[in-house]
Amino acid sequence: MPEDIFDAVVVGAGPCGTACALISAKGGANVALMERGEYPGAKNVQGAVMYTKMLADVIPEFWKDPTCPIERRVMEQRMVLTHGAQDWTSFSYRSEKFREPPNCFTVLRSKFDQWFAAQAEKAGANLFSGVTISEIMRANGSISGVKTSEGEELASKMIVACDGVNSIIAQKLGIIDEWRMDEVAMGVKEVLSLPKEKIEDRFNVEGDEGVTIELFGGITQNMLGYAFVYTNKETLSIGVGCKLSDLRRNLIKPYDLLDFAKKHPMISRLIKGAKPVEYSAHLIPEGGFNSMPPLYGNGYLIGGDAAQMINPTHREGSNLAMASGRYAGETILEAKKRGDYSSATLSLYEKKVKGGFIWSDLWGIRDLESNIEKDHSVFEVYPRLINEAMYHHFTVDGRTKKEHKKETIKMFLKERGLLKMMRDAWRLKSAVA
Amino acid sequence: MQVAIDERLGLLTYKNDHETHIKLRKEEVCSKDCKDKACTFLCPAEVYLWNPAASQLKVQYENCIECGGCRMICPWDNIDCDWPRGGYGVAYKYG
Repeated sequence: MPEDIFDAVVVGAGPCGTACALISAKGGANVALMERGEYPGAKNVQGAVMYTKMLADVIPEFWKDPTCPIERRVMEQRMVLTHGAQDWTSFSYRSEKFREPPNCFTVLRSKFDQWFAAQAEKAGANLFSGVTISEIMRANGSISGVKTSEGEELASKMIVACDGVNSIIAQKLGIIDEWRMDEVAMGVKEVLSLPKEKIEDRFNVEGDEGVTIELFGGITQNMLGYAFVYTNKETLSIGVGCKLSDLRRNLIKPYDLLDFAKKHPMISRLIKGAKPVEYSAHLIPEGGFNSMPPLYGNGYLIGGDAAQMINPTHREGSNLAMASGRYAGETILEAKKRGDYSSATLSLYEKKVKGGFIWSDLWGIRDLESNIEKDHSVFEVYPRLINEAMYHHFTVDGRTKKEHKKETIKMFLKERGLLKMMRDAWRLKSAVA
Repeated sequence: MQVAIDERLGLLTYKNDHETHIKLRKEEVCSKDCKDKACTFLCPAEVYLWNPAASQLKVQYENCIECGGCRMICPWDNIDCDWPRGGYGVAYKYG
């Protein structure tokens, strides 16, 4: 390892850390990007849908690079409300506006992260893979570098914690303790191999078009979470994620829940004959705004999952990570210019986060999950009632339309009541508005 | 459901360290105090196996896929789960 002093040591070569290292290296900073996996992406799991805008802010027109491992551009997004295995209601949106450039695209994170880190290296960042940090070194009251578990020391003027949901760096900095079970979700996932032609037929796509499907309600046994199916080139990503506190309450094995979802007729036909090629699990930080740690201090910044930057209602996370990584990279450059790595300069990072979509979006949904936890029944009641309502809407059985409508309204009033529905609308409004 | 998880873990590439990265802080807490053994249900890689005959919680650290959930699940805060040393542990090919 090099003898010189780094301007910044960035810990974790995921979307946040790599964006940070790339931007700061491109601007002339001497940065080290540390990754505990054998290669970037070795430890990383995501659905995975990536958003174009936040990556293009780091690498303009990246989608024109033939080496960029885009699986499929997402042309269509489906949402499904399930009630048991008997009925489900789907809503989907497809648009040509999502073609060039795509709004979002599917990736396999292990491949994507290696490509992304390679771009950071091209920009001049120093990537060190297979290294864990055992200690944060301090001198004269400020951060002076890190020590690896192999005992090597890297001198640095500051560090950036981008080491994900279980941020060891944030714990060593003393800015977070351990997350509570209701601040995280556990996601389990499988990658299933399926021939391209079958994917095209089953999902109604051609070429590099892709589809995302998210399923709610009975499919997660009414726990707070969802199941998903995403199309890749020649594989499907299928998974289910639920609040860890819900899994704990029900003592359900995460892979039993995945098997349950795979047997649902909405999914089983899409994945029929597909062969599992990988199984994975990961935690998703869902504490959001109310769980965010202080974002900066003397000699450090924290971003991405480590800082709880996830918007679960819109399945966004890696884009928040990339944006925060870019802000962190820009802040490193400003600190280098001023020759000041104290919180006075690093507070610029928080200003950038507050000035952008991350802060506003997370503020908007800050109480949503705790509101849902006040009454778990919403994930059971509404999928059931909506499916019942659709049944009445479509059924032709000799009864008048008036009778069907009356019965639907009666059912809603009986099962939920006007006051409760108004309360639910108030509690859940930030999920849609 | 042992088969379901064994097959799944069989798909993965591991580089196992000779020493464990998961330790139980006090073994007797698992054998005496803990009632429902949530870790044996919730760990997605079945790292934790309860052996009632020996009244002992077996930790199969080689199975670990490093989600970190056990650190939060244990009501006794009895699981000390660190990362494997750099370069060791699971290596996802798809992710």
